[in-house]
Amino acid sequence: MSDAIPLTEGVGAPLLIQGVGARLPRKEDDRLMRGRGQYVGDLRLSGMQDVAFVRSPLAHARIRAIHVPEAFRDRVFTAADLTDVQPIRAVSGLPGFKVSEQPVLARDKVRQVGELLAICLAPTRAEAEDIAAAIVLDLEELPAVHEMLAAREPGAPLVHEHWGDNVFLETLVDVNLSAALDAPIKVSRTISTGRQCMAPIEGRGTVVHLDHRMDQLVVHTASQMPHIVRNGLSECLGIEQGRLRIVSPDVGGGFGYKAILLAEDVCLAWLALRVGHPVRWLEDRREHLTANANCREHHYRITAYAERDGRLRGIDCEATVDSGAYSAYPFSACLEAAQVASILPGPYDFPAYRCRTWSVATNKCPILPYRGVARTGVCFAMELILDAVATEAGLEPWVVREKNLVRPEQMPFDNITKKHFDSGDYPQALARVLKAIDVEAVRARQRAGEADGRRIGLGLSIYCEQAAHGTSVYSGWGIPMVPGHEQAGARLTPDGGLELRIGAHSHGQGLETTLAQVAHEILGVPVARTRLVHGDTAMTPYSTGSWGSRVMVMAGGAVAAACRELGERALRIGAHLLQADPAACRFEAGRVVGPSGDVTLAQIAHTWYRRPQDLALDVDPGGLEVTAGYKPQRDSGTFSYAAHAALVAVDPDLGAVEILDYCIVEDGGTLVNPLVVDGQIYGGLAQGIGTALYEEVRFDARGQPLASTFADYLLPGPAEVPEPRIDHMATPSPYTQFGVKGIGEGGAIAPPAALANAINDALRPLGVAMLHAPVSQHRIVEAVLAAREAVTAREAA
Amino acid sequence: MKPAPFAYERPADLATLLDRLAGAEGQVKLMAGGQSLGPMLNLRLVEPDLVLDITGIPELRRAAVEGDTLVLGACVTHADIEDGRVPDLTGGALARVAAAIAYRPVRNRGTIGGSLVHADPAADWVTSLIALGAEVELAAASGRRRLPLDAFVTGALDVALAPGEMLVAARIPALTPGTAWGYVKHCAKIGEFAHAIGAVRIEPETGRGRVVIGAIERAPLVVAEAGRLFGGRIGPDFAERFDPRAADGVLREAGMTDAVDRHVHVTILARAVAQAARPAPSTRPVSEAA
Repeated sequence: MSDAIPLTEGVGAPLLIQGVGARLPRKEDDRLMRGRGQYVGDLRLSGMQDVAFVRSPLAHARIRAIHVPEAFRDRVFTAADLTDVQPIRAVSGLPGFKVSEQPVLARDKVRQVGELLAICLAPTRAEAEDIAAAIVLDLEELPAVHEMLAAREPGAPLVHEHWGDNVFLETLVDVNLSAALDAPIKVSRTISTGRQCMAPIEGRGTVVHLDHRMDQLVVHTASQMPHIVRNGLSECLGIEQGRLRIVSPDVGGGFGYKAILLAEDVCLAWLALRVGHPVRWLEDRREHLTANANCREHHYRITAYAERDGRLRGIDCEATVDSGAYSAYPFSACLEAAQVASILPGPYDFPAYRCRTWSVATNKCPILPYRGVARTGVCFAMELILDAVATEAGLEPWVVREKNLVRPEQMPFDNITKKHFDSGDYPQALARVLKAIDVEAVRARQRAGEADGRRIGLGLSIYCEQAAHGTSVYSGWGIPMVPGHEQAGARLTPDGGLELRIGAHSHGQGLETTLAQVAHEILGVPVARTRLVHGDTAMTPYSTGSWGSRVMVMAGGAVAAACRELGERALRIGAHLLQADPAACRFEAGRVVGPSGDVTLAQIAHTWYRRPQDLALDVDPGGLEVTAGYKPQRDSGTFSYAAHAALVAVDPDLGAVEILDYCIVEDGGTLVNPLVVDGQIYGGLAQGIGTALYEEVRFDARGQPLASTFADYLLPGPAEVPEPRIDHMATPSPYTQFGVKGIGEGGAIAPPAALANAINDALRPLGVAMLHAPVSQHRIVEAVLAAREAVTAREAA
Repeated sequence: MKPAPFAYERPADLATLLDRLAGAEGQVKLMAGGQSLGPMLNLRLVEPDLVLDITGIPELRRAAVEGDTLVLGACVTHADIEDGRVPDLTGGALARVAAAIAYRPVRNRGTIGGSLVHADPAADWVTSLIALGAEVELAAASGRRRLPLDAFVTGALDVALAPGEMLVAARIPALTPGTAWGYVKHCAKIGEFAHAIGAVRIEPETGRGRVVIGAIERAPLVVAEAGRLFGGRIGPDFAERFDPRAADGVLREAGMTDAVDRHVHVTILARAVAQAARPAPSTRPVSEAA
């Protein structure tokens, strides 16, 4: 047939290497790298006006009055106008959880700097800011509580008065800790991670307009989870879901910051209904840094019990997470701390465990889940305490890890907190990374010393990343969002192209390429002829979205299921065209092959759509469009993991840290596209370096954030991020389609611990141990000077 | 982060500019490269009534050698100096300073005049040119005057400009052969604001030396006769004679209470001294620290 399209057309790669495992460059990069992406900020709608918000300048205050100049009365909206809007409520079902209600515009008091007080509307953002500057706030400042341990003390100022304290949730697990208490080695440390702002290049942004034809409010918002945004908006605004359409266009980085229903989204939706014309809010960097994007702040008091040979007898931990003023939708204020208790053991197997956690309310932005979520803090605490055990026992840090890692013969393995490890060979990852970084050579170099006076050090860090965990895990936490089966649509076009539809979102993960590879693996349609439709509630199946490193497992599995069903229908049509028994035909490289000939998918599609007279009378009337659902055989999650090894040089007099070498051995199961996985690791590593060395928002005594621009909030740049050496293992998951595992977050989990351990390895001879991230230059010099003074004092004594 | 409304003009000659500067109502800001003023406008840290763009004035882009002095117009960019598009009497010292200022896009637009007038304590030109003994040339509708740069910079973000007056040029004396020069700064990461700057200009033959400590949240600390930092005497062995405790004392006297800050400043100054004692590098180093 003349309209058949050659199956090798497209990206230029031969047909055979486009499926699962192919190292394909990403299709979407052609538009993204040429500046042709279409983000919320690129939308231009007729009659659109801009919003600037009046935000609280104080961390904690009672609102006496908001004075709006007469001239701006019809351009300014306050809580008094939003009488029909419900507050944002993200309730956890865990027993004892205290509920916070976040009014979308503050009503009686403000509980954080940057909390919304008024909406200002004008033809341009600059004019809206002029209006905002003219509004006079009458606030009665209240004592603020900005430090989580102080917030737990009796008598601390109360963020939510009616609670009686500042604790969202307290939890305790105890698995036989008393059995560990007689261990010969007992080391205790206080370890903590600073408060960060995750920093996608694109901030948040929302454009809302009314579609009168569809009787819908159309909300364009940079979101990882458009369907969940629809749930939340529907609840806050009291609008039926059919009247809401959420569109998430190109998204310039998510990392969790775009997996949250913001009060700003609700305000904009309300405003568009009120004024009747399109309205827009684009977050600026000051709003992003001071009012919204907080994450990561953990505090641990942790004790390890061990044998002299390094075998762990038990871990005891008190963990506190600074959850900020409100419970963020949908993940809630306690997800981090609840996760801490269940994932602190990491990849290690030991017999006794106790962990007590507190999710604490303070006068700061709500804590949001950032790539790795609680794992980065947990890994930091666990890997640093293992190094302390090694020091105490006089062992190499790798020996302690080797003694305690879960072993391959234990797989599948249920650990002490009932986490189910699906597969893997953790000791092999450790062995490979030790070989790559060459421990012996590093130790020899350390003995020789550095000509420039710096000190070098080696640090290890190993984690496991539970990904794509589903119904059984999330129903236990009882938050507003529980993932079930994931669905995908697959449709052949009349000319033999393929359209895939998913409800999750691609915002840097490369799904337009990798899901096309999954489809190609089954149907043989060239990646270039497969299009991914996503980011629009009107066009995609329901999904909880892109979070928890779940999309390749869940949407990938659903795409495979849909393509398989589509393939079976095509096979039956093809068999009819070949005048053959379907049982005698097979699907091969985009064509149906029968005993005496073959027919292409394009020919089959042409027949179905345009020459139905050629079909069998009993053809499946469902045709060449399928929606299929998927869940792995077990929904307790896949366990990918990696061993990281860092080699650093530290200048003890300036605190400057240079990363000399960085090796990663990772196992993400079957990799759909190793190039994309490498990209995920590079990006995660950059963020992990930020957590380790640079990024921190500090607060003054009144709860004012001290970083409001990127001059104060330092992100690592090209000069600070080395190219890591990556080695892939590929132990398939027994439970998932193709054996894939989720890998999206891992790169950001291990680096803070690996780098801190490396810095401590370098500085240990000076008597220095850095136990807080970021390990800033100032903190290093401070510790070095204190250690030198201690030596001087000892010598004098 | 959008600026408050302001008027904008771009005069084509210096006389017109000085007239507007003398006669305009309200607050006036001059803009050259806009690398500091732009963000400050956007953050509404400044809300001028009028912004006068001075980049259209040919005289301000000029660079010339007058005897043993290099005269750089206010609108000469850091990149002009880095790339050698202007003359040099310092054996490459200016180019090395320029090459480590912020990031290349900033250097493409940022100017030497803008940097000196903005007088950010962490700025490279403020400290390095004071150490080199530079002067600034100021102009107003009523006439011109010159001031030593250390008299011009009166504090953090504060300079001795009279109303209606502007900086038109920096005048930088030659770094003669036999004069030792060291300039080292410390940043949390490459391209960011410096946390410590040390600049030394030493004449071992005459025993004279000038030491400047910058990035100290006020005007740079100038030790004009630096013998006290070298055991009371400057000679060919100055690097060995450098006394960190004396430098620490200078910082204490200046009111720097944080011991960590003092240690970092003294370390950086010591490294600037060590650099001065080495032969001039043939290639351009970036800042000392990562």
